[in-house]
Amino acid sequence: MSKGKKLALLLGLIPFVTLVFALPLVNRLYPVILGLPFLLFWILLWVALTPLFLWAAYHLEKKDAQDESEGGSR
Amino acid sequence: MTLALIIILGFIVVASLLGVVAGSRIKMNLENWTVGGRRFGVIIIWLLMAGEIYTTFTFLGASGWAYSKGAPTFYILIYGALAYTLSFFILPPLWRVGKKYGLHTQPDFFLHRYQSRTLGVLVALIGVFSIIPYLQLQLTGLGLIVEVASQGAIKSHWAIFFSFLLTSLFVYTSGIRGTAWVSVLKDIMMLAAVGIVGFGVPAIYFGGFGKMFQVILEQKPTHLIFPGSTSHMGVFWVMSTVLLTGLGFYMWPHVFGSVFSAKSDKVIKRNAIIMPLYQLPILLVIAVGLTAFLVLPDLKNGDLAFLALVEKTYPSWFLGFVGAAGAVTAMVPASVLVLFASTLLSKNVYQSIINPRASEATVMRLSRMLLLIITGLALVFAIFFPNELVNLLILGYDGVCQFFPGVVFGLFWKKVRKESILAGLVAGLGVVMILILSGHDPFWGLNAGFVGLIVNLAVTLLAVSLNSRWSGREALAEAN
Repeated sequence: MSKGKKLALLLGLIPFVTLVFALPLVNRLYPVILGLPFLLFWILLWVALTPLFLWAAYHLEKKDAQDESEGGSR
Repeated sequence: MTLALIIILGFIVVASLLGVVAGSRIKMNLENWTVGGRRFGVIIIWLLMAGEIYTTFTFLGASGWAYSKGAPTFYILIYGALAYTLSFFILPPLWRVGKKYGLHTQPDFFLHRYQSRTLGVLVALIGVFSIIPYLQLQLTGLGLIVEVASQGAIKSHWAIFFSFLLTSLFVYTSGIRGTAWVSVLKDIMMLAAVGIVGFGVPAIYFGGFGKMFQVILEQKPTHLIFPGSTSHMGVFWVMSTVLLTGLGFYMWPHVFGSVFSAKSDKVIKRNAIIMPLYQLPILLVIAVGLTAFLVLPDLKNGDLAFLALVEKTYPSWFLGFVGAAGAVTAMVPASVLVLFASTLLSKNVYQSIINPRASEATVMRLSRMLLLIITGLALVFAIFFPNELVNLLILGYDGVCQFFPGVVFGLFWKKVRKESILAGLVAGLGVVMILILSGHDPFWGLNAGFVGLIVNLAVTLLAVSLNSRWSGREALAEAN
C-alpha cells in the first residue's frame, strides 16, 4: 500500500478513536463549552471535523494516483 | 384548521407529481428503474442518500429519545459520522465492481463475487425481511404525524393509505429517479421545519441554546450524560451500538443499491466528505426534544415531543407545514424500500432460482407487479396491525449488519470464498435471533447485533483459515 493511502486510512481512523473508544473518558458534564455540556460538545466537535479529515484523505489519495500515473509514463 | 389540511394534502400531492414527472421522459428498463442509468452527480446522490437517512425515525425518534431518554440520543449524531467515514473507503471500490459487471442490487454483488446462488438468494431474502418492518415504521410514523399535525382532521389510516398509494405510483412510473426528485423537495421542507423550530423553541422559552442547557444542568444534569434517564443505555451500550449501526448502515439493501446510481466513484467519494454535515441539523431536532423535556414534562408518548411543542408554540398552519414535511420525509425512504424489496424478489429470487431464463423485460414487469403487491401488504399491516412489527425492526437492523464481512472481505480480500461467508452469516444471524427472541438484548451491556457480528467475524475467519489449509493440502496432493 502506498504512503498516501496509509495516511488516508489513518485519517479515517480518527473518528473511530474520538467518537467511540474515547467515549468513557468524555462522559462528563463539565467544563461547559459554548453553552454545551462537555459530552455533547465533544461529539459535535468531532462530527463537524470529520469532513475535514475525509477531504484531506481525498487529496492524499488523489496526489498518490497522480504520482503513480506520472511515474508510469516516464 | 382547514389551512393546515390544505397544506398537508397539497404537499403530499405535489411531491408525488414531482416523482411521476421525474421519469416521464425516460424509457423505463431495469437499469433506469433501479440505478437511474448510473448518471447521478454529487448533489443528487447527496440528496438521495440524505433522503434515505433522514427518515421519520430521525424526525420523531431523535427528538423523542432526547425527551424521554436524554443523552443516549447522541448516538444518532455519532453513527452517521462513522458510517460516512467508512463509506469513503468502501463504496468507491464497490461502485467500480458494480459498473464493471452491471450490478443493480446487493444480492447481485454477493452472487457475482462469490459465484454462489445460495448466498445471493439468502442475502435477498434477509434483505426483504429486514426491509418490511422498516417500511412499516415509515408508514405508521407518517400516519401519526399527519393525524397529530392536522389536529385529528385526517385520520391516521387514511393518511397512510392516501400517501402510500401516491408513493407507489411514482415508484411505478419513475423508479429511483422519482425518489431522487422528491428528495429535493423533502430536504428543503425538512431543513426549513427543523431550522425554524430548532432555533426557535430554545430561544422562545429560554432565550437560547446555552440557557436551555443551563436549566437542564440545574434541574436534571444526569439527563445529559450516558445513560441519561435510562437504566441500560450506558457508555458501553452506546459504543457497541454506534459501531454496529455505523458498520451496518450501508449494508441496508436500499442504501447499498443507491451507490450504483452514482455517475462515478469520485462522486461517491465527494459525497462521503459532505455527508457528515447533514448530521448537524439533527442537533436541532435533539434541542427541540430537550426543550420539550423542560416545557412539556408530562407527555404520554415521548415520540410526539416535537409535534406537541410545535402545537403549543406556533399557529396551526405551521403545524400543518411541519406535518407535511414529516409526511414527505416518510414517503422518500418508503419509496426506495418498496423499490428494492420488489427488485430483490424479482431479480434475485425469481430470476435467480425459479426462472433463470426470464428476460430483463419480464423481470422489470414482475418488479412493478411485486411493487403493487408489497404496497398492498404493507398497507394492510400498517393499518390493521400497527404494532406487530416493531420488534422485527430491531431484528432487521441486526440482520443486515451481518452482511458486513461478506461485503468488505469480498472487496478487499481475494482469498475469501463463499463457504466462509455463508458459515459466518448463518452463525451471526443465529446468535442474533437467539439473543433477541430469548430477551437477552442487550447482552452484558452490549447490543445483540454487535455480539452477532463478532461471532460472524470469528466464524468467517476460522472458516477462511480452514479453507485455505484444505486447498493447500489439495494442491500438495496434486503436486505429489
